[in-house]
Amino acid sequence: MLNLVMVQFMNFLLRGPLIDPFELEAGTRIPQTQRLSDNATLPTLLDGTRLHIGVPVAICAAVGAYLILWRTPTGFRLRAVGYSPEAARAAGISVKRNITLAMTLSGSLGGIAGAILVFGSEGQRMVTDGSAAGFTGSAGFNGIVAALFGGLHPLWTIPSAMLFGALLTGATQLQRVLQVPAALAVALNGIIVIFVISSTPVRGWLQRSLADSGLFNRSSDTAGMD
Amino acid sequence: MGEFFTLSVLVATAASAIRLATPYLLASLGETVGQRSGVLNLGVDGVMLLSAFFSYWTVLETGNLWLAVLVGLVVGLVMGLLYGVITVFLNATQGISGIGIFIFGLGLSDLLFRQLVGTPKPVRRLPNVDIPLLSDIPHLGEALFQRNLLTYLAFLLVPVTALLLTRTTFGLNIRSVGDNPQAADSLGVSVERTRFVAILIGNSMAGLAGAALVLQLGIFQPNLTQGLGFIAVALVYFGAWRPIGVMGGALLYGFVNATVLQWKALGIIPVSGSDLANMAPAVLTILALIVVARRVHAPSALTKPFTRH
Amino acid sequence: MKRQWRLGPAVLVILGALALVGTACGDDDAPASGSGEGGALRVAIVAPSASDDLAFSQSMVDSVHAIERDVELSVTDGTFIIEDAAAAIRGYAEDGNDVVIAHGTQFGASLIEIAPAFPDVTFMWGTASDTQGLANVFAYSPAADEGGYVNGSIAAALTKTGVIGVVGPIEAGDAVAYINGFKAGALAGGASEVNVTYTGSFGDVALAAEAAEAHLANDVDVLTGTAQMVVGAVGVAADAGVPWFGTQANQTSLAPSLVVASQVYHWEVVLEEMLTLRDSGVLGGQAFEVNLANGGLVIEFNDAYELPAGVRDAADAMIEGITNGTVSTG
Repeated sequence: MLNLVMVQFMNFLLRGPLIDPFELEAGTRIPQTQRLSDNATLPTLLDGTRLHIGVPVAICAAVGAYLILWRTPTGFRLRAVGYSPEAARAAGISVKRNITLAMTLSGSLGGIAGAILVFGSEGQRMVTDGSAAGFTGSAGFNGIVAALFGGLHPLWTIPSAMLFGALLTGATQLQRVLQVPAALAVALNGIIVIFVISSTPVRGWLQRSLADSGLFNRSSDTAGMD
Repeated sequence: MGEFFTLSVLVATAASAIRLATPYLLASLGETVGQRSGVLNLGVDGVMLLSAFFSYWTVLETGNLWLAVLVGLVVGLVMGLLYGVITVFLNATQGISGIGIFIFGLGLSDLLFRQLVGTPKPVRRLPNVDIPLLSDIPHLGEALFQRNLLTYLAFLLVPVTALLLTRTTFGLNIRSVGDNPQAADSLGVSVERTRFVAILIGNSMAGLAGAALVLQLGIFQPNLTQGLGFIAVALVYFGAWRPIGVMGGALLYGFVNATVLQWKALGIIPVSGSDLANMAPAVLTILALIVVARRVHAPSALTKPFTRH
Repeated sequence: MKRQWRLGPAVLVILGALALVGTACGDDDAPASGSGEGGALRVAIVAPSASDDLAFSQSMVDSVHAIERDVELSVTDGTFIIEDAAAAIRGYAEDGNDVVIAHGTQFGASLIEIAPAFPDVTFMWGTASDTQGLANVFAYSPAADEGGYVNGSIAAALTKTGVIGVVGPIEAGDAVAYINGFKAGALAGGASEVNVTYTGSFGDVALAAEAAEAHLANDVDVLTGTAQMVVGAVGVAADAGVPWFGTQANQTSLAPSLVVASQVYHWEVVLEEMLTLRDSGVLGGQAFEVNLANGGLVIEFNDAYELPAGVRDAADAMIEGITNGTVSTG
């Protein structure tokens, strides 16, 4: 619900204190900020493309998150609290403090994401499209799904996020290139998500039934099976 | 400000609040049943969109409102079957599979609407049905008892759901499967079957919610719900997984929205304050959540797939 | 358990890689040359909402169809996400379209990057009144306040309670122009109160419907509104028997007996001008306005709605007045 609150706050800012002074003069009052200075543009990595420095920043953030969570005592405590708050409390770990810390870290990553979106955008300014997600295009929401897809492991969110990025960009491209309605691509995205997420158990069954059938009778196949 | 406190305006605001709250209440009650059994369904919005479209299309083609409501219910049931299979039998991660259903519902309803209907065409809306005697109560009667049948159904389902959960064996099964599926399983309760039925109930009610939304409005548009389903899921937490709490949440949300609209119409909220005022429903609900947050007890097995050890 | 996790994400990596490759290869056609002599003009529209939404987006699609030229039209609609729209605009330019219409105010910021990269393509951007100094961008905007003023004055003639209600989305763009014009016209025409509610969303139909209900509770007996969510408000008006004034497109079909008039955007008037300029080598750099004077804005009356005697004539006179400048829309 805080999303709803923040979008309205952003609308308020874009229409009031942050509005481009030019808009006020011209009277068009488009809710957008001034164009950011050229220093603020994210440098592109490959000429001719729009691949900007935000991508390696994101990857570094993912690696950083992995290192913090798995290689530091703080991260260990965070994970302990998530896994079993009662056990963590019994071990003397402060549940409240760690949850707050996790939310803070999580929020800062969200902030970085927002900054990259605006500074790397085509328009070099913050504009709202009047929708319920502001200018983000539901990136936050898709991010949750991408995280879950990656099994909540920071390193696996990298390919997971790439997949989602491609699926989402692909939908608009499909409409343009093949005249396929974007809605069809959206529906297909949903089917893809459902199938992928349903496939893990199915694969488990397949492996088990294949192993049971004795066709691939090597001991290493059945080792470590649930 | 004085104009707001005239009785006719207050009555109109209350009526508006109840109308707004109806789809939230239906969807949220259904989600409560599902969550009590340990299943999180984030696809509510998608189910609502699909059922809303098919209900709308039914009225457009046949003119029969009650058939449309039935169609909405059936669409919910079908989506429930799908979600049940994915969640209970395939043990897929509930959060993601729910979102998958949401995306699917969003896209499919949009696609079907564009292909089968195109330009929005208005249809008959649910008529208001006055409850005899009660609707004659001055003012209160007008607000509460001159609403449409789906609203009455929604509020009736509050005690029905509460009784189902607390006083029936099946309700007991639901709750035990949601809190401690291992123990329930060892006592002979079929975790899979209980959860499956709970999912069917939940999604059918989401289907009714979609029908209620579209038939109250008399028109469909792509993404008609605008995130209503997700608010409905949040309201389950707000209501501490109890039907009466959920009803409170839906009404709070409806009332704040209705009041903001009324104050804007009256000029109490100036146009410049419009954006900040739009925050009100969400902010107030969050504040209320903070105030009433006791040791809220979530179903312990919520979102955890059940595997026998 | 660990083994299963590795398999799951491995699938992800493969899918992710395939998806990336697919997207990258998707657009490999070399930019086709523009229309040759006598060939159809290749036009593309990128619009933020559905192209049959009886509002903003539909108005542009209808207008392109109304141009008296041979046009090959491609449309990408529903792209209210700016990044998606920018990608579509860029993609259409790469595909070799002669004209790309960025039909959304929020798309303008992206044009600053895209337009210079495709100097042979004419970009049209609306609603906007400034081409941002780009040589191959035309800007177009509606003088929505004019039609609003006319609608408002007719509404004032129709209201018996003197109270008129307006349901708006967000206070921006042509919405605010229309509403301000409407309010001015209504008050000048004798209405005692014009109540304006901005619901805060372009798409929330339920909220628009309840906003209309809130107005009705305050003795409003004429309603108007703008944006695609307005279909909810029209439904409420229809059930309450309250007359409705529309804008952006002809909304008569939404309430055939109660829609009085709609201000319809006929962009083709300025589209023709822009295309003529393009033919003569000027690919952009000018701003255009559709208004009552040039026929880009037309007040389309609903013949099924019986106006009281004299109201129609007064309205026509008002349109005349605005056209020749004698009447100001405040």
